[in-house]
Amino acid sequence: MSEAALSRLKERFGAAILETSSFLGDDTAVVDAARWKEIALFLRDDSKLSFDMPIDLCGVDYPERLPRMEVVLHVYSTSLRHRLRMKARVGDDEMNGAEIDSLVPVWSGVEWLERETYDMSGVTFRGHPDLRRILMYPEFEGHPLRKDYAANRTQPLIPYRTEEEAGVPLEKLAPFGPDEGMSFGRRPHLPHSEN
Amino acid sequence: MGEVTRTVTIDGSEQGFATTKFDALLSWARKYSLFQYPFVTACCGMEFMSTVSPRFDIARFGAEAPRFSPRQSDVLWVVGTISQRQAPVLRRIYEQMMDPKWVIAFGTCASCGGFYDNYTTVPGLDKIIPCDVYIPGCPPRPEAILDGLMLLQDKIASGDRRPGVVKPRQDPADPKNDLVTLRTSASGRDE
Repeated sequence: MSEAALSRLKERFGAAILETSSFLGDDTAVVDAARWKEIALFLRDDSKLSFDMPIDLCGVDYPERLPRMEVVLHVYSTSLRHRLRMKARVGDDEMNGAEIDSLVPVWSGVEWLERETYDMSGVTFRGHPDLRRILMYPEFEGHPLRKDYAANRTQPLIPYRTEEEAGVPLEKLAPFGPDEGMSFGRRPHLPHSEN
Repeated sequence: MGEVTRTVTIDGSEQGFATTKFDALLSWARKYSLFQYPFVTACCGMEFMSTVSPRFDIARFGAEAPRFSPRQSDVLWVVGTISQRQAPVLRRIYEQMMDPKWVIAFGTCASCGGFYDNYTTVPGLDKIIPCDVYIPGCPPRPEAILDGLMLLQDKIASGDRRPGVVKPRQDPADPKNDLVTLRTSASGRDE
């Protein structure tokens, strides 16, 4: 749909557009993280692109790749009715240097999306006006959507009751067994998981 | 509860019987005047709404008055998923309720966390507060909810504080052994 947008980006930014792909109407540009905000401004202001609406912004962790974290932005143009996906890759295998410019000055709508990406994946957005957790509580440690966050790690705010306190078994019996309703349940469950 | 200063005579002059009889009377009164506090966090709330509305009419069981202050309520309905972030809130609400108080875990998420087996969900409200009745289902049907309420009323009447689980009316693993038989129409479809 917006392959024209991709070619316009390549013509304007050249080597800063690392790769592009188009598949079934999805047009994607992987860009140099250092020029993220500059390219976003161009996407918004260029009359042939005119992307005025950010749809989504999130982080995707690829632990086997380097740089490891991919920041994915979807934008839409309400006037020209086309879409574009833009990605940038940041962070080494320890997530050092996982920083990217905030796009809040470009589209104010990404403010909470950037907070969510920070909360879930641990990407720092330079210049964000209020970068703190949005879904998890402030006491939460780590970033749960990173692949190295242990799948069974929970961080309760109040200690769980013990079976002695409760006087009844807290491990679930039927019908609340391991696969209650869901065939893909991951068990055995560890309610008091070690960090 | 307040001090009992009068002798209550239930039947004739059986004075020696009065203590147990009074307890039974009290339980009978309690079980038919349950003030409920709905702590609704998720999609199970829809089934709860249909259960309290006229079609299923939970008022038939004397449980028609929802109180939106935990200090005035007897039953805490925990309807939906409890996230770790909500856990302190839920415990405070439970602690604010006056004795005697009961808790119903409504649906699979409240009972055991359901399929939210992850970093953000409490695996069952009994990890936080005591629970009297578990109602399985995702979400439970209104019939199951009424079964849960009647189970709680039985427990109140008998003074049994052990947790109970609402039994399914139909066991998917054993369809022949239905607890409730569905009527079948002439066309062979279930009605």
